[in-house]
Amino acid sequence: MIQEPAAESPARYRVERWTALSYATTAAIGALVVALIFVPPVLGTTVTQQLTSLLILVILAVMWNALAGYGGLVSVGQQAFIGIGAYGTVYLNQKGIPPYAAMILAAIGAGALAVPTSFLVLRLRGGQFAIGTWVVAEVFALFVALDQSLGGGTGISLTTLDVYAPDRRQAYTYWLALGLATLLLVAVFLILRTRLGANLQAIRDDEEAAASVGVSVTRAKRILFVLAGLGCGGAGAVYLANTLFIDTPSVFGVQWSAYMIFMVLVGGLGTVEGPVIGAILFYVIQNRFADYGAWYLVGLGAVAIIFALFLPRGLWGELEARSRLRFLPVGYLLRTAGKRDDG
Amino acid sequence: MDWVNAVVQGILLGGFYALLACGLSLMFGVMRIINLAHGDIAVVGAYLIWVVVDHTSISPFAAAVIVLPIMLVLGYALHLLLLERSRRAGTLIPLLTTFGLAVIIQNVLLQVFSPDVQSVGGAAGDITTASWQVNDQLSIPVVGIVILLVAIGVLGGLQLFLTRTSPGREMRATAEDSDTAELVGINSRAVYARATALAVATAALAGLFLGIRTSFEPTSGSMQLIFAFEAVVIGGFGSLWGTLIGGIVLGVAQTVGAQINPQYSMLAGHLVFLAVLASPRGGILVGRWAQR
Repeated sequence: MIQEPAAESPARYRVERWTALSYATTAAIGALVVALIFVPPVLGTTVTQQLTSLLILVILAVMWNALAGYGGLVSVGQQAFIGIGAYGTVYLNQKGIPPYAAMILAAIGAGALAVPTSFLVLRLRGGQFAIGTWVVAEVFALFVALDQSLGGGTGISLTTLDVYAPDRRQAYTYWLALGLATLLLVAVFLILRTRLGANLQAIRDDEEAAASVGVSVTRAKRILFVLAGLGCGGAGAVYLANTLFIDTPSVFGVQWSAYMIFMVLVGGLGTVEGPVIGAILFYVIQNRFADYGAWYLVGLGAVAIIFALFLPRGLWGELEARSRLRFLPVGYLLRTAGKRDDG
Repeated sequence: MDWVNAVVQGILLGGFYALLACGLSLMFGVMRIINLAHGDIAVVGAYLIWVVVDHTSISPFAAAVIVLPIMLVLGYALHLLLLERSRRAGTLIPLLTTFGLAVIIQNVLLQVFSPDVQSVGGAAGDITTASWQVNDQLSIPVVGIVILLVAIGVLGGLQLFLTRTSPGREMRATAEDSDTAELVGINSRAVYARATALAVATAALAGLFLGIRTSFEPTSGSMQLIFAFEAVVIGGFGSLWGTLIGGIVLGVAQTVGAQINPQYSMLAGHLVFLAVLASPRGGILVGRWAQR
């Protein structure tokens, strides 16, 4: 739990949240986001499309990490919401809503759908939750495949985006992805700084102990699950705009979960920065090795197992633990005269 | 009469699901691990049997006699190499490692055996097509009866093993309280490894019937895992005979759904699962589990 700064003996103890390093990091990230806004006119359509793909991965990794790293919820079914975001966009667009507005509404719709879903799947724990979410993804995919106006199981494209010139379209899609990724990262960061964030970390560490000191476990998990539904829905909508064609296996496929698990495990489960690092690494690995087909996926699985068993904190978690530096001010640092401890 | 037929086929299909599910249920009951590679292990069993049949042209049943001991050993090794370490690392890690294992198995199968659909139904001979014709609409496939009887035999055997034999009692004691079991001299690591070996072998046995009844491909395991899990949940966690009931309910839901429209087959099964989860009973099941 977050402790209020100790009032007694201010000379010996000082509780810090913002340090010089975290100010610098936050400012650098802010500057990076501002710089990223200018990518489409400066670096051209190809780079913009590549960065959009990367941003989709960043969103997914951040969302999966929010679930597993802070709520202790290992989902193998987030593709349910990726698919709803993508197909929801097509559906709303067919109803006459302009494509980009449809994407935003579809993301919100995915978040809304996560509310009733959470009442079902949050009854399950651990591995039961994992497969339960997977079943939900299958159910959504089967319902979508039944709807002929959504292309049945054979796929559909978002043709209305043709009204924009290709470079304009790519720029809009990129800005949407950048805005969404920034918004979600800030949301996760802010949630972690509140009482809810402290509750979530308590749940992750020991659910029963957290419940015993009055943490509303299910409510905290539900907030995360809905946020992750919204984020994955947005990622699905952007994925559709970036590729223009979807079918049920591509958006509702369990491979998304494999990618999310890989990115978060490698980057750092339960850290704010780790998933972003993991997404960048995964993007590079994907471009470099995807031609190896099945062996590439075998490698991904093996690396994920190795990280889970031997480096469960991931690259960023290890770095933080070894350097004892905190780049983003999520927790508190307790400074004493000589040494420093985490609070 | 079509409906009666659908229900009968569903009950027989339920036998297959129960066989598929009992290993998942056993591992969960003994060590609180849900093995996300369980379905893929069943498919590995099917492929190994297919390889033996392909090379020796013996019956798949005879091939299973060769393959099942291999799977027992593989299961034992799986626990010692992967699951024991995962289990000690907390509740999340076993999920992540077994999911990684599932990805590895599917893609190795894809690389080694190509994405082609395989079956050992033809090699099994007349049994695949034989059926008792009750009347015009209702015919009972012999292989379905065989699977149901094998499932009942395996579940009954596991039940007897757990209640009447010394290693079975050790397993139950370890499941109940592994620390106390250690105090009275039970090696929990070996007990867990034995449970995994049994689970892997029963999954492979289910793989045999998967290959005889229909066909399989490298990625078939995911759906088999989901079906097995649904059977376990519908039947109520922790009870072996409940798993049989759960498998039958799932099988009947699928065949009755398919009777309405072939597209509804899978959907009907999933919806029954979600309905059980949403029912007050679903809450009780999970609550009971949480207390253990």
